[in-house]
Amino acid sequence: MTVWEKLRPYGMVAPAIIIFALFFIYPIFYMIYLSMFDWNFVSPTKTYVGFQNFKDLLAEPDFRQVLSNTTVYTVLTVTLTTGIALLLALWMNRKSFFHGFVQGAIFSPHIISLVSISLLWSWLMDPEYGLLNWVIGLAGFGKLEWLSHPSTSLISLVMVAVWKGLGYNALVFIAGLQSIPADIYEAASLDRSKPWTTFTKLILPMLSPTIFFLVIINMIGSFQVFETIAIMTQGGPVNSTNTLVYYIYEYGFRFFKIGYASAAGVILLVIVGILTMIYFKLLSNRVHYR
Amino acid sequence: MAKIELKNISKKFKDDIVIQDLNLTIKDGSFTVLVGPSGCGKSTTLRMVAGLEKQSGGEIWIDDKCVNDTPPGLRDVAMVFQNYALYPTMTVRGNIEFGLKNRGVARTEREKLVKDISEIVGLTPHLDKKPQNLSGGQRQRVALARAMVKKPKVFILDEPLSNLDAKLRNQMRTELIQLHKRLGTTFVYVTHDQVEAMSMGDEIVVMNKGVIQQADSPMKLYHDPANLFTAEFIGTPAMNMINMRDVQGLDIQTAASIGSVGFRPEQGLINANSDIEGYAIEGEILTRESLGAEHIYQIQSRTGVFFVKTFLTPLETADRVKVTVPYGQLYYFGLNGERLRGIETSTKRLVAAGGV
Repeated sequence: MTVWEKLRPYGMVAPAIIIFALFFIYPIFYMIYLSMFDWNFVSPTKTYVGFQNFKDLLAEPDFRQVLSNTTVYTVLTVTLTTGIALLLALWMNRKSFFHGFVQGAIFSPHIISLVSISLLWSWLMDPEYGLLNWVIGLAGFGKLEWLSHPSTSLISLVMVAVWKGLGYNALVFIAGLQSIPADIYEAASLDRSKPWTTFTKLILPMLSPTIFFLVIINMIGSFQVFETIAIMTQGGPVNSTNTLVYYIYEYGFRFFKIGYASAAGVILLVIVGILTMIYFKLLSNRVHYR
Repeated sequence: MAKIELKNISKKFKDDIVIQDLNLTIKDGSFTVLVGPSGCGKSTTLRMVAGLEKQSGGEIWIDDKCVNDTPPGLRDVAMVFQNYALYPTMTVRGNIEFGLKNRGVARTEREKLVKDISEIVGLTPHLDKKPQNLSGGQRQRVALARAMVKKPKVFILDEPLSNLDAKLRNQMRTELIQLHKRLGTTFVYVTHDQVEAMSMGDEIVVMNKGVIQQADSPMKLYHDPANLFTAEFIGTPAMNMINMRDVQGLDIQTAASIGSVGFRPEQGLINANSDIEGYAIEGEILTRESLGAEHIYQIQSRTGVFFVKTFLTPLETADRVKVTVPYGQLYYFGLNGERLRGIETSTKRLVAAGGV
């Protein structure tokens, strides 16, 4: 074997490895390293503070609210997106022009940039001039504050996330539904299975890999929500929509407390890592793979 | 136990007429096989009986009840699908008892039924496995057990053996025949394999292009085909056909116009005694298939290629042979493929016997 033959496989995978190391591995370790320092990004000296940043973070009431905001946002977004998408998919899973059109319409937000979506919804949710309040007014209800009041701001952001995610989720569900052979339904009908029984006992278990995939993807995505918050609320009012990534961004790039922001980043990494592991360990046993 | 009657059934898919004006009575307790080439409408017919497909016109009667508007689950039929259609997320037990649960059968009763059935089909050690961990034959048995446990009036089987390997297929074939004897229930079976049809059915319905060609017992179908299609479809190798224009040296006493003359490969006698009176063809042996007890020869004659099958005779080694077919074994078909019966044949006196 020549030297070239020995090296060739490494050469082939090198580009992928280099990019992965440069943009994923190195930042993670650099972030962990920075989380132990007090640094403002420009000063030539970094002060080593050990775990002081983590202690400060966990003692900070704002940070606890950020964690709870993120959790509420994630749980609501994931359950609503997955649930509604499944219902839509069950309804759209047939061949007609109308169903195809609805499928396309629901999918379209997925390809629009989040910045545009945020601006659009900021306008729709404007308490004075917004379309939503106008429609609510026509129906005879009082106006809502939407993003401007702490009690409705987080749920308003959830609405936007669900609206954007539905199409993609429904599409994946439709693909999952179409992989279920038609004769399963026929066998069920010969077995006198009622539609609800067919759905809960046969369809849902067969869709479990799809559901599992979507829940993980949505969960990780929701935990890292940033654009809508940066554009629509900047974490306000009174911290009611401040989430982890936005918190990190604010401390890192507005207050230049880079060590403190890194410590929050490490906590985000740990949470997402733990959640993913829990899902894989616990749920994968109950997921049906062919 | 049930008799099934199809009255003037038709089926259209959009503008495509698959079945038109089909009438068929499936006898109570019979093992009826629908056979025909793919796309002949046999599966569609079966699915209409099961209620999975709605007929475009006509009536379906099971026993004395018109089931046109009865949903599949209430027709008291059970079906075995080609791909088994087992519920992949359920265990073997779950698959078998799903239908019982939906009927509200009590737990103790259910357990007893599942136990009995799994003993009959030999699934007892596998009750807690998922279908994907079973072999093809075992899956087939689960599908059978799932159908049997409901004690249906009619069993419907849609090419259930086509996914099994040859050996297992033969084994399951005999098992199905025994099962039918044991249960005494009406079996309706669809296959494209005429060997399967002949070996299993006590009543065979030959279909082509949505039309029933002949419905008869296997022996009648073989020895007395109603038309050219049935004659050529049933039997391996198929019946040899000679275009009437190419036939020489036959004195045929009939007023009808004959399209073709046919004979079964096993009726051709190679280098027969000269005292056997029959239609003689000379030809060159192209191939010899030796299957042990029987030999199949492919012979090139002046009128085309034909097959001859012999039993328990030594392999013919000569290249050129003379094949004699006794007159009584010749089948005549009209120009439209219909069978012509009662035709007397003898050797033409004016021409030397044995056409070329």
